Amino acid sequence: MRRVAIAGAGLAGLTAAQELRRLGHDGEISMIGAERHRPYRRPPLSKEYLLDDTTDVALAGTDELSATWLLGHPATGLDLAGRRVRRGALPPVPFDALVIATGVRARTLPGAGELRGVVTLRGLDDALALRAALAGRPRVVVAGAGFLGSEVAATLRALDLPVTLVEPDSVPLRRPLGEQVGAIVAGLHRAHGVDLRLGRRVAGVTGAGRVERVHLDDGTALPADLLVVALGAEPETEWLRGCGLRLDHGVVVDHLGLAAPRVAAAGDVARRPSALLGGELVRVEHHGNALEQGAQAARALLGVAAPFDPVPSFWCHLYGHRLQSVGFTGAGYDLRLVTREPDGRFFAEYHRDGRLVGAVTAGFVRRLTACRRLLDEESRQPPMPPSGPSSMTGPPGTTSQGATGPVATR
Amino acid sequence: MRVRVDLTLCQTHAQCVFAAPEVFALDDDDELVYDATPGDASWPAVEQAARACPVQAIFLDGD
Repeated sequence: MRRVAIAGAGLAGLTAAQELRRLGHDGEISMIGAERHRPYRRPPLSKEYLLDDTTDVALAGTDELSATWLLGHPATGLDLAGRRVRRGALPPVPFDALVIATGVRARTLPGAGELRGVVTLRGLDDALALRAALAGRPRVVVAGAGFLGSEVAATLRALDLPVTLVEPDSVPLRRPLGEQVGAIVAGLHRAHGVDLRLGRRVAGVTGAGRVERVHLDDGTALPADLLVVALGAEPETEWLRGCGLRLDHGVVVDHLGLAAPRVAAAGDVARRPSALLGGELVRVEHHGNALEQGAQAARALLGVAAPFDPVPSFWCHLYGHRLQSVGFTGAGYDLRLVTREPDGRFFAEYHRDGRLVGAVTAGFVRRLTACRRLLDEESRQPPMPPSGPSSMTGPPGTTSQGATGPVATR
Repeated sequence: MRVRVDLTLCQTHAQCVFAAPEVFALDDDDELVYDATPGDASWPAVEQAARACPVQAIFLDGD
């Protein structure tokens, strides 16, 4: 294995490259990135990066890799038999082994793309543009109160900008965290002056060349200078269509992280079986997951990987509170709000078939680390048999991340 | 090999505790405590912990 191509120059791809070098791979590594930037830290982009233009998000260690950086042009196709990654009209990149780490792309609002002032936030250039737009003190509408939309709303309130947050569901974060925890988040938004519109969606945007009004599905027209579209993300797999790999809401990999011989996938784009969930396929858009799967991809390509079932974990900053999780959380699990303090701290557990699968907290971090240890041990136990029609366990291809799976932050 | 954590940066996201629980832990007050001179066997996990830190507060010095 002389030549390794890594499609996707984000955290998962970088970590794969670093682990390859650490394990002694001294052949070529080609890093193919759609963005012009070397790998950077994404979590600050919706937080301090919007507030402070001295925030440094560059990830260290890219020079030491001795990699070939092919940045600014995405991978556009995969020739699996011919072992080449295509890059449009540019020369293809031949490989002996490949890591697919192309991540996700932000969903857009249909029909709103033509107007200036309608933005998404995924990459560094998006964050730069958003930060520049904030200097004009805009009236902001945020479409979608998921992790990203909620965090952006909180950050913009720190700048004392007027923010309307529009969420189709009954509470923010209901799908990934459940009704009761979502209600806590709704309370935080309102307490900090966000105009929260629940059960509503953005139906359209009007303006002369740039956004002037955001229209909701109940006919309300909100005057606005900026619309931040935070409606989730889709795995970046268009370039793999028809290549022969199994694509199903992501690149499906086995318990080692392989999608095909000498082809691994890692990070937001990869969908893997989870032993903790009885083999259900999961795709996790968390920072820690990109690290763990990136390192695992390198081990898998070198033939030294052990089966692997990392416990997911995210964090989310909201108005000085920090939501942190371990394991699998969501509206599809049995949510138990076990502690709630007047100062805003809480601890909630998620159970499935009577078994703990995840927890989320604001403020009880040590308890969360204990929970994590328990889940680590559980994920090493033999999987539980399916228990009745509510179980998500099923033959490959019929499982669905859907409403109960991990839907995540950056 | 030595580990140093800038505790003025640390916000106890606990990602290091997850990556290398034999080296990093939280005390009763949710403050980070750690072994500054872990054994060689812990080093890959410590490197992973340093990468995982959301505020990049973990610094590693080789021998």
